[in-house]
Amino acid sequence: MRMLDRKWLRELWQMRGQALAIALVIASGIATYILSRSTIDSLTYTQARFYHSTHFADVFDSLKRAPLAVTARIREIPGVARVDARVLAPVNLDVPDFPDPVSGLLLTLPESPGAPNQLYLRAGRLPGPDDNDSVVVNEAFAEAQHLKPGSHLAATINGRRKSLTVTGVVLSPEFVYLIRPGDFFPDYKRYGILWMNRQPLSAAYGMDGAFNNVVLSLAPGASVPAVIQQLDAVLERWGGVGAISREDQTSHHYLSEEIKQLRAQATIVPIIFMAVAAFLLNVVISRLIRQQRVPMAILKAFGYSNGAILLHYMKLVTGIVIVGSVIGIVAGGWLAHGLSNIYSEFFRYPYMYYVLRPGVALTAVAISALAAYAGTFNSVMHAAQLAPAQALHPESPPVFHESLLERAGVKRFLSQGGRMILRNISRRPLKSGLTVMGVAFSCAIVTMGGLFNDAVTYMIDVQFNRSQHADLIVTFTDTTPARALAEARSLPGVVMAEPMRAVPVRLRNSFRTYRTALQGYAQDGRLNELLNTDLQRVRIPPGGVLLADFLARRLGVEPGDYVTAEVLEGARRVVRIPVAGVVREFAGMNAYMSVDALNRLLPDDHGLSGVFLRVDPGMQKQIYSELKQRPKVAGVTIRSVAIRSFHELMAKNILIYAAVMLVLAGTIAFGVMYNSTRVAFSERAFELATLRVLGLTRREIGYILLGETGLLTLIAIPIGFLIGYGFSAYIAISLASTLYRVPVIIEPPTLGRAALVIILSAIASGLYVYYRLGRLDLVAVLKTRE
Amino acid sequence: MDEPQTIPVADQNRHAVFRTRGLRKTYVVGEVKIEALRGIDLDLYAGEFTVLLGASGSGKSTLLNILGGLDTPTAGTVHYVDHELGQANDRELTRFRREHVGFVFQFYNLIPSLTARENVAIVTEIASHPLTPEQALGVVGLGDRMDHFPAQLSGGEQQRVAIARAIAKNPDVLLCDEPTGALDSKTGILVLEALERVNHELGTTTVVITHNVVIAEMADRVIHLSDGRVSEITRNPARRPAHELRW
Repeated sequence: MRMLDRKWLRELWQMRGQALAIALVIASGIATYILSRSTIDSLTYTQARFYHSTHFADVFDSLKRAPLAVTARIREIPGVARVDARVLAPVNLDVPDFPDPVSGLLLTLPESPGAPNQLYLRAGRLPGPDDNDSVVVNEAFAEAQHLKPGSHLAATINGRRKSLTVTGVVLSPEFVYLIRPGDFFPDYKRYGILWMNRQPLSAAYGMDGAFNNVVLSLAPGASVPAVIQQLDAVLERWGGVGAISREDQTSHHYLSEEIKQLRAQATIVPIIFMAVAAFLLNVVISRLIRQQRVPMAILKAFGYSNGAILLHYMKLVTGIVIVGSVIGIVAGGWLAHGLSNIYSEFFRYPYMYYVLRPGVALTAVAISALAAYAGTFNSVMHAAQLAPAQALHPESPPVFHESLLERAGVKRFLSQGGRMILRNISRRPLKSGLTVMGVAFSCAIVTMGGLFNDAVTYMIDVQFNRSQHADLIVTFTDTTPARALAEARSLPGVVMAEPMRAVPVRLRNSFRTYRTALQGYAQDGRLNELLNTDLQRVRIPPGGVLLADFLARRLGVEPGDYVTAEVLEGARRVVRIPVAGVVREFAGMNAYMSVDALNRLLPDDHGLSGVFLRVDPGMQKQIYSELKQRPKVAGVTIRSVAIRSFHELMAKNILIYAAVMLVLAGTIAFGVMYNSTRVAFSERAFELATLRVLGLTRREIGYILLGETGLLTLIAIPIGFLIGYGFSAYIAISLASTLYRVPVIIEPPTLGRAALVIILSAIASGLYVYYRLGRLDLVAVLKTRE
Repeated sequence: MDEPQTIPVADQNRHAVFRTRGLRKTYVVGEVKIEALRGIDLDLYAGEFTVLLGASGSGKSTLLNILGGLDTPTAGTVHYVDHELGQANDRELTRFRREHVGFVFQFYNLIPSLTARENVAIVTEIASHPLTPEQALGVVGLGDRMDHFPAQLSGGEQQRVAIARAIAKNPDVLLCDEPTGALDSKTGILVLEALERVNHELGTTTVVITHNVVIAEMADRVIHLSDGRVSEITRNPARRPAHELRW
């Protein structure tokens, strides 16, 4: 081995503590990058494979009712490859030994093996051609309710109870992410999807020879908007509500949002980690080179070239990058596997391909190496350009001045130690600033790690404590006469009941449109209150519409403007409505009116889509069984269950995410602290040993040394809070979608935890250095020159 | 001038500040064993100006380190008045240095971030009966440069600040390790004058180690070290003033 090579390997070994700390920071960056990128790749690839093998449809539409013969006209639309005209029935389910109301969707099985939205059989078999009472159920529901092939359950279809036998458990590309419309969180126990043969379902739902839902696969290269336009034209007279493309399909939309969120993470978090890693490398390498002046000058005096010396230090850095990369790739892969498992709870794929493209790993390593080399290049070049004689000469004593604070009059309050601390900080403002930034960034990462927990807790609080006061939300299978409200009020145990009407509309402001539900509530209703941005109650106006803030922005309207509403059912009236106000909503893009005003828009049909109920807690069970017997009841959302299912499903995953961020940020915090304290220690060992010789105790010099890091840490923490808030706001903005908007909420406990992580890291590295202070070689001080 | 005369180790009639008996120090560096001190018997008396003279490797620095409480002997005893330093732990040695010893280093070892005044103050803050920093700097003739930082002072000035720092706590003993080693002769003599004045005015027991024979002429007693042993102790019949020295 050549001598220089032996030298860098030995030096790497000598500085192993610091090298490892830096390698861990690099590893954190690479791990985060790989975690996000490979999870994106895995989800995208798995999704593509699953969609492909199950012929996931391109266009979806619902309608009132059309004869099956209409499918021939749909097939003729240019670009349409396959059509499946289905019957889709909302049902109430009765699962043995489960008293809560359970609702679901009952669908016809795909027409033929080539039809869109094939099912993937996980267990059992599909119903035989003449099986009239057999169904297959979606896996999440089967797991939650312990349903297996051979299990029995009952469904109320169109008011008629039907006993069903489960023959199989399936997955569908349509319901990879499954959530009941209007719900905040998935509830697999209380919402299921079932498929059965066409004949029995059509008979039970009154759809003989007809269909009310259609899915299309398009030929390659076909234009989706063109097909949608023609499909809408064909189905208009059959009560079509307007076709949607795959992008607007609920499950697919959620998947896309999740991937979008991951992408935002894959950009911002690794950049922070990398920046900090580059900073650390910079500090450590310049310190190393300062200590290497003499050996380097000797090497140069012997005739080693600048290039050889530059290469030498690049190799040293490369060694650290390699160690960091190996740890990062292994940890990233491991974390990504863990994350995939979490995702498989939400996203129901039959398989999860784990994809780690070599390109992703290479990019991660390249970014790290680039950051590392950029960080070291300056100091290495500076060293390599030094003339040997100059390098052999010791560095002249550093020049100090009184710090700004002292000149401002603080001086007389300071001990000599305090003055040393202030002057050391102010003599090298860039280095001190970088330390502050390094610490602040790690503080910011922990702060940011708490965003989702705090934001979701806040959203839950707003949703369930301030806005929604109904214990039960009962939705009807279709529009029901207004007397249903009186009927609901008369149920024993019902304390309060308020009407609800939802009408599909397309809202328009010149060229901007959005399809949503126009919701009608009681004008002075108390069970579902709308809130403004200050969370104050907004009263529903007698006329005019209230828009969700995000929807108002999307349509470009403000209170006082008008929007055009195209009603997508019944007589399909088009009306202009004044925008009366804007309401704060974290999920969905809804529009609200008073139920009476809404009914005036639909003169042909005065009815309700559902009711809000407040009930006597002791009577819940009776009310459930009462509601189960009502044929018109499509589903019941239970407030307490919604809150609980959030805690069961979401809270765990948000906490895992926060814990991962905490570990990564703790690593960085410790890396920064440990290195800057170590650097300060070795830069000032001489000075500190002198003070020890002069009779200062270890504690007194400990104060001088650690006081500097301590002060910088205290400065860094509030800056870290601000940066963390900024990152959180950026993430919240980049994640805002029609599905949900995360408010930027960071609670004091999150800030406290971030500060605690930073302070503990500071204490840990301080203790280590304090221990080293006890082993200072006092004798060497008398003879050596700095 | 009279020739210096060789005298015995101990003078029963005088009060010894330091007393060493059979002092040995062995270092193990890697696999090599170095015997730095091989049995030193020595008494240093109150108010005396002593020069420890010896070539490089003679053990003079090791001896100074042990006297100053920076190192402990491998064998033998070392007493400061009635304290046994050989058995003291780190805390006791720190206290000993803090209360009794002033150090002057070859390379000054000033704290670059503190002014001359503050370099002195960092010691007076922890001492029980200190001079003021101004008084101490006055003694070494630097009353007018008190607010300069080390980088703004010449080598000789820096060393005089170091002497002021060493004497400001009113130490019982001043230990100087090659105080002129990094200075030219003219500046070195200024520094020696400062030491002379401290010894004369404050009566501080002063030990200077050097390999410069000329400096020995300003001492009361000269202790010659070679090869880890005291080879000779001489007394100057009359101390030569520092300003007369030339090298």
